[in-house]
Amino acid sequence: MLRIAGVLILLVTLYVTLRLADENAFGSRNLIDVANRQGFYGVLTLGVAVLIVTGAIDLSIGSVAGLAAITFGLLMGEGVRPIPAAGIVLLGGMLVGLAHGLLVTRLKLQAFLVTLCGLFIYRGIARYISKRPVGLSDIQQENPSMTDSIDWLRWVLIGKDENSALLFPAQLFVMIMLAVAIGFILHKSVIGRYWYAIGYNESAARYSGIATDRYRVLAFVISSTLASLGGILMLLDVRTADPNTAGTNWELFAITGAVLGGCSLKGGEGTAIGILLGAAVLPLLQNAMSFVEINGKEIPDSVIPVVIGLTLLLGTIVDEFFRRRAAVRK
Amino acid sequence: MSTPRLEAQSVRKQFPGVLALDGVSMQLAAGEVLAIVGENGAGKSTLMKILGGLYSPDAGEIRLEGQPVRFGNVNDAMNAGISLIHQELNLAENLSVAANIFLGRERLAGRLWLRERPMTSEARKLLKRVGLPDALVHTTVGHLAPGQKQLVEIARALSLNARVIIMDEPTSSLTQTETDRLYQVIDDLRASGVSIIYISHRLAEVKRCADRVTVLRDGRNAGELAKSEISHDAIVRLMVGRDLKSFYPRSGRVARDGPPTLELKNVTFAGGPTQPISFSMCAGEIVGMAGLVGAGRTELAEAMFGIRAITGGEVFIDSKAVKIQHSSDAVEAGLSMAPEDRRLNGLVLEKSVQFNLSLPNLDRLSTNGIVSRRKELASSNDLCERLRVKTPSVHQVVGLLSGGNQQKVVLGKWLARTPRVLILDEPTRGVDVGARSEIYGLMDKLAAEGVAVWMISSDLEEVLGMSDRVLVLHEGKLAGELNRDELSEEAVMRLATGAL
Repeated sequence: MLRIAGVLILLVTLYVTLRLADENAFGSRNLIDVANRQGFYGVLTLGVAVLIVTGAIDLSIGSVAGLAAITFGLLMGEGVRPIPAAGIVLLGGMLVGLAHGLLVTRLKLQAFLVTLCGLFIYRGIARYISKRPVGLSDIQQENPSMTDSIDWLRWVLIGKDENSALLFPAQLFVMIMLAVAIGFILHKSVIGRYWYAIGYNESAARYSGIATDRYRVLAFVISSTLASLGGILMLLDVRTADPNTAGTNWELFAITGAVLGGCSLKGGEGTAIGILLGAAVLPLLQNAMSFVEINGKEIPDSVIPVVIGLTLLLGTIVDEFFRRRAAVRK
Repeated sequence: MSTPRLEAQSVRKQFPGVLALDGVSMQLAAGEVLAIVGENGAGKSTLMKILGGLYSPDAGEIRLEGQPVRFGNVNDAMNAGISLIHQELNLAENLSVAANIFLGRERLAGRLWLRERPMTSEARKLLKRVGLPDALVHTTVGHLAPGQKQLVEIARALSLNARVIIMDEPTSSLTQTETDRLYQVIDDLRASGVSIIYISHRLAEVKRCADRVTVLRDGRNAGELAKSEISHDAIVRLMVGRDLKSFYPRSGRVARDGPPTLELKNVTFAGGPTQPISFSMCAGEIVGMAGLVGAGRTELAEAMFGIRAITGGEVFIDSKAVKIQHSSDAVEAGLSMAPEDRRLNGLVLEKSVQFNLSLPNLDRLSTNGIVSRRKELASSNDLCERLRVKTPSVHQVVGLLSGGNQQKVVLGKWLARTPRVLILDEPTRGVDVGARSEIYGLMDKLAAEGVAVWMISSDLEEVLGMSDRVLVLHEGKLAGELNRDELSEEAVMRLATGAL
């Protein structure tokens, strides 16, 4: 509860900062834009958060998303209709997650290592299968018949019209729907209960007769699937994806969001609502920084990572402080 | 009486919500072994931690050789000559014995460089003093047996010139031989003038090595027994404040006729001996499984429960062959298990009593995969009541309960299912006398209801007291089987040590 209050205070502070920095920044256009990005990050964060709850981690999210974006583009370039193409990409994501999960549970490898290898492998594959960026404009030119359905998909999932004007934060809605579903699984279902038990003490879960491997694999599948959904969203949103850069560092943003939202990297902790709020911090922070001026000077982009790092560090310190206090009270 | 070496006078310690010590006093003479006993929650640990410098008392006084002392931290206490050896040993498993003995107080050349030679030679002397071969000095502690680790801890205390050594449940993971060795060391230490405070739940041990017993109850002194007065009954009476009639209950349970409930035919398992094992147990009986630590009892139980792979042979439950590849198969087949290490394997410590009690039973407490909070609450309240778990509510974090109550929760996890076979691995380790007798009562009741109870225990008293039949393992092999009328400590030990 405390954790959620903390991240909520952080969010409110950031919105207030945004409002104070610039009247325009609090206009609906900018807010929708931020909301859309919050939704996008949220999708990735939800996936990795589930995995973090089980005590594992996924470092391959960015590369999986990048590969997904490239594959999605290439498939459509080959004439596969957008929706089946998206389906194939998501299925691919599931298989990637399944492979991670099986390597971790069957061969008893560490999730950190398996997904670290994944980070390199999927990035390499993306570069191998496409030497140059894929772009929706090229695809639409080559396959004019797809234009409508791509535009429709962009409208539904991203909230942008054919002229790329942002009408509503569709990605936020996508994320909220996913968060409701995952929240329901986490907090109401047997599966979620087992995830928490595994995260805290896998051995105790096993000694309770729970087929723990199955639930751990499921978490890997969810993470990679949502990462590939992220890739699809990204291509639809920015219309182009470069195999060298698409998705780089996203795993770190996603993990940051999950931790800000109250997930402990040791596992066993985190709530859907916290994850949702945690994911909302970074996009807002980035946006606010672009409006804030110090002594009449804008903050250079290069400083943004510093601020992200400091925010997470501060959040962790405050959290640890409260945890200690709580422990003393016990 | 001359000035006691260590004395506590009317010590009080208040924790939020709990008055842990309400004016406890004790004296310890030079070269004396004082046993401090009491149920969990009686205040033993708090008193030890105050003496060892982990806590400071709210009121009262600690006097060392007559001088009032106040320890700010563990180092103060150590430097004053008081060493506390925790139940869970604090050794760096990856370092050598010598490195552990001098950890934090290394002999240095300059400020940086280790002087191995003097440390090694001193470590050798210390090892001899605690009866360990001095060749162990370079051995990695992780490779030592539990008993040897315990002795290394004592050596470490001695390296600090400890005048008082506090041992918290020192034998809880030791074999009989290791325990005997420890007694010997305690005798030697006593003879050389070291005072020892010995905390144990095993009353037989207290009887064996203590010169005097101080009993605590509810944070107060409940009484004291001189060496000649020490008896099982006297201690128990003081601890629980009442007579415990029939400590090991036997409510007329009988092994049911008919096919065995659990039968193993030529079973081999991963990490087990090459020679297959066969035995069976019937509904309604409590089968004790004795053996030395490392005899493979836990491993066998783990294999039955699907934690280890079964590599050969057949397992039958109620005459039906079952295939157990995972613990979920085992539960399905009607097995359940309370593991030896309940904090590691039995419980999710950070979660609530309810969370833990529900964990194996969620299939019954949910519909279509959605957990019913109402059913869950009702079920866990019911279990807590049946087991008389002392907890403010089912929402209490289970790690905050006492050992006995934690163990009750571990057992409670399986009660809702009425298992066919209940495997209990060291069911009363670290459990206080009161809760122990309740656990025995529960075992008896379950057996009477037709559960086959498979009790693995290193506590001979318990094995002899509770079992209808005893299987003894020696180096993974079934060394023999003893019926109730053949049971004796000697008979069990003879089989367990492999003597013919």
